[in-house]
This record gives sequence, C-alpha cells and structure tokens, in this order.
Amino acid sequence: MSVLVDEDTRVVVQGITGGEGKFHTEQMLEYGTNVVAGAVPGKGGQEVAGVPVYDTVHRAAREEDANAAVVFVPPAFAADACFEALDAPVDLVVAITEGIPTQDMSKVYRKLQETDTHLVGPNCPGVITPGVAKLGILPGNIFSSGNVGLVSRSGTLTYQVVDNLTKRGLGQTTAIGIGGDPIIGTDFIDALELFEADPDTHAVVMCGEIGGEDEEEAARYIGANMDTPVVGFIAGRTAPPGKRMGHAGAIVSGSGTGTAQSKIDALENAGTPVGNTPEEVADHVEDIL
Amino acid sequence: MKLHEYQAKRVFAEAGIPTPDAELAETVDAAVDAAEAIGYPVAIKAQVQVGGRGKAGGIKLVDDAEEAREAAEDILGMDLKGYHVDRVLVEEAVDFTNELYVGVTMDRGEGKPVAMVSTRGGVDIEEVAAEDPDAIAREHVDPAFGMQPYQARKAVYDAGVDRKVANDVAGVLTTLYDLWAAKDGSDAEINPLMVTADDEVIAADAVMNIDGDALFRQPELAEMQEEAAEDDLEAKANDYGFDYVRLDGNVGIIGNGAGLVMTTLDLVDHYGGEPANFLDIGGGAKAERVTNALDMVFSDENVDAVVFNIFGGITRGDEVAQGINEALDAFDEIPKRVVVRLAGTKAEEGMEILNTDLVTVEKTLEDAVQRAVEYAEEDSQ
Repeated sequence: MSVLVDEDTRVVVQGITGGEGKFHTEQMLEYGTNVVAGAVPGKGGQEVAGVPVYDTVHRAAREEDANAAVVFVPPAFAADACFEALDAPVDLVVAITEGIPTQDMSKVYRKLQETDTHLVGPNCPGVITPGVAKLGILPGNIFSSGNVGLVSRSGTLTYQVVDNLTKRGLGQTTAIGIGGDPIIGTDFIDALELFEADPDTHAVVMCGEIGGEDEEEAARYIGANMDTPVVGFIAGRTAPPGKRMGHAGAIVSGSGTGTAQSKIDALENAGTPVGNTPEEVADHVEDIL
Repeated sequence: MKLHEYQAKRVFAEAGIPTPDAELAETVDAAVDAAEAIGYPVAIKAQVQVGGRGKAGGIKLVDDAEEAREAAEDILGMDLKGYHVDRVLVEEAVDFTNELYVGVTMDRGEGKPVAMVSTRGGVDIEEVAAEDPDAIAREHVDPAFGMQPYQARKAVYDAGVDRKVANDVAGVLTTLYDLWAAKDGSDAEINPLMVTADDEVIAADAVMNIDGDALFRQPELAEMQEEAAEDDLEAKANDYGFDYVRLDGNVGIIGNGAGLVMTTLDLVDHYGGEPANFLDIGGGAKAERVTNALDMVFSDENVDAVVFNIFGGITRGDEVAQGINEALDAFDEIPKRVVVRLAGTKAEEGMEILNTDLVTVEKTLEDAVQRAVEYAEEDSQ
C-alpha cells in the first residue's frame, strides 16, 4: 500500500513541451510512472517522449483516462493550470512550479476546498511511491520500498533524509514533498492523515522548517489523533529573524513566531522525537521499527 | 519588495486615502524650503526601510526654519540601523486626538487575506498582537469575492472605533484592501491612521510590501524598486541570483535547496562552529554558478573555511565537481580551505573528478560539516 500514488495513477503532464516538463517526463517514464498524456494549449496532436499531447487537461483526462496532473507551467500561468486540473477534474495535482504569486495561490486554495482533489505543492519536488511511480522531480534511485512514510517542506532535505533511511534498509511507502511556499495545497496534517490511514506505513518522518505554524498544528494533530509513530526534523535553528531563508515561506517573523525551537518544543510535547541531524532521524526511526 | 513610505503614500493618495501634505527632499536646503512651503509644524522623516525610525532618531518634529535645518542636517546622511539616509520626507504634522491601526495581510495558515483594525495605533502592532490579541479586530476575506463593505464595517465596529469616524475608517480599510489585492501586496498597513479634532482620518504612515513573485505583472511598482544598500555581499548575491543571507560566524556554507542549506547551517552550529552565511545555489547549478558561489563566500572576510554540500536531484554531481575544480584552479593560492560533499545524481563521478589537491572530500554531511568546523577553528584569524 501507499498514499496518493499507486499502480493506477495515470498522469497528464501540464507544460510537457517545455524544457523541464520534457526532461522530467522522460525521467518519470524511466522510473515506471504511467505518464499517459501531456497538456499544452496550442500543442495538441504533438508527441513528447512518445506521450500524446492535448490542448486541454479536460481532453487529456477524457481521452487517456488520466487521474493525476503534474504542473511544470511557468509561474505566471501556473495558477491557471491548477484551476484547469481541478476542474477537469483529476484526483491528484502535483504543482512543481516555484514562484507563483501568493494571491494566485490563495484563490487556487479557495477553489480546492470545493473539490475532492488533493493538491500537492506548489514549489515542491513531488510525490514518490518507491518502485511504483513518481510524480515530479525527485531522484528515484535514492528511494527504496518499505514502511516509512515521509512528508517534507523541502526537496533536497528530503533526499538527504531518505538517503540516510535507505542506507540503513529503512524503505519508504510514499514520500510527499509538500513545498516551501506560504500557501500550499496539502499541509502536514493532510499528509499525516493519509499515512495514519495506510496500514503499511509503520512510522512517519516529518521534516519541517522555520516559518508559519503548520508544524505546531501538526504536533497537536499527532498528539490527539495518531497511533502511527512520528519522528521529526526541523531545519532553520540558526536562522535570524526577519530574513527569508530561500523558501518564500521560510521566515521567522520579527515578533518571533515561526522559530525552529517553537516547532521542536511542540513536537516533543506531542511525544514525537526530533532528530538534531538527519542521521539522528534515522536512529529514531530504527528504534521505533 | 518594500516600498518607501513616500512611495506607499503616493500609491495610497492616488487611490483616495487622505495623506498629509508632504514633499521629498534630498538636501538640507530643499528640506527647509519644503517645510516653509507646507507650514509649521512639520515632521522630517528619514526614508529608509526599517521599523522604529522614530526611536532611532530618524523622525523629528520641528516648529520653525532653524529647527527644520538642524533636523535635516542631523537626519540626512545618518546611518539608521545599517541604512544610509539620503532622503527625507518633509510632511505636515497632523494634530490628532486618536491613533488607529488598519492593515491587510495574507493569513498563510488560513490561505486567505485578513483585514485588521485596532484602536491601539501608533505603536508596534506585533507587540499589541502578542500582549493583547483581542485589541485587534480581524476579518478574513474570501479571495474569490474580495472584501465586502459589511466586512469593513464589522471590523471597525468590532475594534471599538468611535462611531463618528467609523464610516470613514471603514472606507479607508476597503480602499486599502482593494489596493492590496490589485497591487499584489503581501502587507499593506497604515499605522497610525490619525483621527483629528475635526473627526477626519489621515494616514500618517504607510507600509506597502509587494509580493516579489508578482512584480512581473506590476511594472509600475517594479520600477519603484531601489537598490537596498544594506550589505555589499547581499547586493552581490542579488547580482548573481543567489538566495543569500549573511550571518556572523566564520564557516562559509554553500549548498543546494533551502531546507538542506538551513540544515547545513544548523549542523555547523550543532558541531560547535558558527555559520557565516546561507547560500543556496539552487537546482541544476552548473560551473559558472559554482564559481560565483565560491567567489561570494571567499569575499566574506569573516570566513575561515568553507563547506560545499550538494545533494543532486536535478543538480549533477559531476558538473558541480567540474565547476569547483575550475574555480579553484584559477587561484594561485586558495584563500580558505574547502570541504566538499557530493551525493545524489552523478555524485560518484563527481567525487572522482574532484581535485583533492584543492579540496577535502567527505562522504557524509555530518563528516563534511565537522571537518569544516575543525578547519575554521584552526585557520581562524
């Protein structure tokens, strides 16, 4: 078992004719992902990496039975691409694009509440169920199949933690990169809910970072609702207030909310061990399993 | 992107929000002329983008030409929290009976805008929020419909604003929301919104921050963007297109991906060192970016050793290694010792290419950071 992505996931790639879209479509196909269509306005009838391209997501979904979309569309048009995928509709939208205006995402988020679709991202590396399929830009070779669920706000940090897990034989059910933007579709709690309901996920690793209060809310959720053990990691302990650390959402406010310490305290109060290093995260997971 | 007070006030005034008479001045003489024209008392206000200007001596109230000259001489050219003041706003001093706060921002937790009103204006609103959250009335706005007039009224009455000015304050809040939405604001704020003895409201200060990701569709605002002369290295990072933050330590850090770079900083601290910077070279970095990144870190005189940590997804280890070799080859003597750790896509190929006469190679993140902390201690000047 897994969450969000499995053997039945049939992907339409939005922006498949662009450089990134084409390259990662090839990578996804190579990994075994069922990429069944591309969608680019005006490019219907073409083929990319053997995948048929349609002018609209609706047509791609209808003709090829696509039930998931991956968005590689440039920031100015990415919110529109998300609306299109939500309206098609598909069950899962993974938005890779970085730099979407926040007010655009606020509107997409508003629309999302009216649908049954899961939106992952934006500004995220994607979702992978090792050995089955990946939707996004995650390097497939570092993942291995197993019983650990992983949810993270950061791409390369996910790779680092997964690498530490895989090297100890701790494989993953599914890894979800939820993205580093202020407004994202799937937050920690949504991902934790999915893992809690998955019988094959025996432990969850949650990688957070400074900014916002999602980790604190997730900690409350873990304390109140989860039987599956969770191990935490929080990046940005040394970040000064008022400075944006790369991700649009990674900022400790001037008044001191969003600090790493507040998140670490919240998780530990919920009984969730927090690793000081990625290696210690793997130690904790090993202890649990 | 932050607008200066004078820029934000122009934007607000154009939209119909009352603002005091004001003129921008770059010289002492121009400031005095402006004060004479406006009529005393006037406020002389440093135009730099930092909070707490008043407390730091960047705002002075003057009653005549002599005082105006003295204040302008003091403020123009002063260093205010690291910013050089080269312009002042000379502004009609408003005689007020009351100071309010109105603001609009994005509530990231809710994913929607929130409008705020408080009768406790004129002080740092984040302090008010921390001490007495009930003193701020909040109204969430559906981004699909925008703020409805009743929502502005509700926030104003909930905040306890005097009913004599309630309609005017609600009008200002509605205009502020519309501006925020139309201009891709991240924060829009009037603090204080002054109430005069004649029950008029007037925006005595103005904050307007714009979402940098939306500047492509806000050309007029993008043109207002000015070089922030905060830090030479940060300016250089802007030119190179890096996400860079300068810190106080002596271990230089280069990596890819915000979360992993933050983690590398944290590990430096964990192993007893002090990070000198955050530098994210981003995804898919090739030789030139690697060279530029090393140049950035070597340019920081505080740096005594460097850790270069790459976990390749779309970034290829062999290309990074090539870049490191080329960049370091160009030096007769490498200024600081560099520890490199490559993982992920093409990492093994990269490790083989790396010239170990120029760099120290470590296999794990933990080892690489510990080694760099050691080097920084040994080489610390």
